[in-house]
Amino acid sequence: MKVTGRFFALYRERIGKSVMEIDIEDSSNVEDLVNLVVNTYPSLSSDASKIVVAVNRVYAEHDCVLSDGDEVAFIPPVSGGCL
Amino acid sequence: MIRVTEEYVAVQEVINSLSREVHGAVVTFLGTVRLWTGDRKVLYLDYEAYPQMAEEQLRLIVNEGKLRPEVEDIAIYHRIGRLTIGDVSLIVAVASKHRREGFEACLAVVERIKEIVPIWKKEVWGQGEVWVRSEGV
Repeated sequence: MKVTGRFFALYRERIGKSVMEIDIEDSSNVEDLVNLVVNTYPSLSSDASKIVVAVNRVYAEHDCVLSDGDEVAFIPPVSGGCL
Repeated sequence: MIRVTEEYVAVQEVINSLSREVHGAVVTFLGTVRLWTGDRKVLYLDYEAYPQMAEEQLRLIVNEGKLRPEVEDIAIYHRIGRLTIGDVSLIVAVASKHRREGFEACLAVVERIKEIVPIWKKEVWGQGEVWVRSEGV
């Protein structure tokens, strides 16, 4: 199946892309996808298990099962608002 | 109003967007771009958003806030793009029956925005740049 990966801020700078189509096995979950991406782009993060993800714009755990066509955003720690 | 945009929006416009029900208090918060972070003199900030999700998360926060007793309406404007010193990056306006609930809700909303809204800030100064709070990941 195909999912769309979206990358922002620090992650976008580290891998040089803001969006990519990713081929992955049917019934993969978020953890499978994150591991695939980190293996392909090791500069993304030193710890795949800590990466926060949103599936179709809703925060999701790493055991969340993905479907064909899902949009999976890789979310660096947020810093909007103000300090 | 719930807006995430590169456009400038004046605080009065945010206040005017609040519901016209009877309320006794309007509390507003403005987040501004400051010149100094510790000993770093900031040149500018670049704000980036996951736009659709950012607005949806702001909507969640507004709905949460309106469950608070005495809170009647909440408006949030977050600016993105390049901001310079003195620019306003965030406006939160809360209409409530009484002032205490308004102040408390306004603070809670600002804190919540920092927790869950997918907006990121890169700070640029003379000797470098950093994605605020992201570098440790």
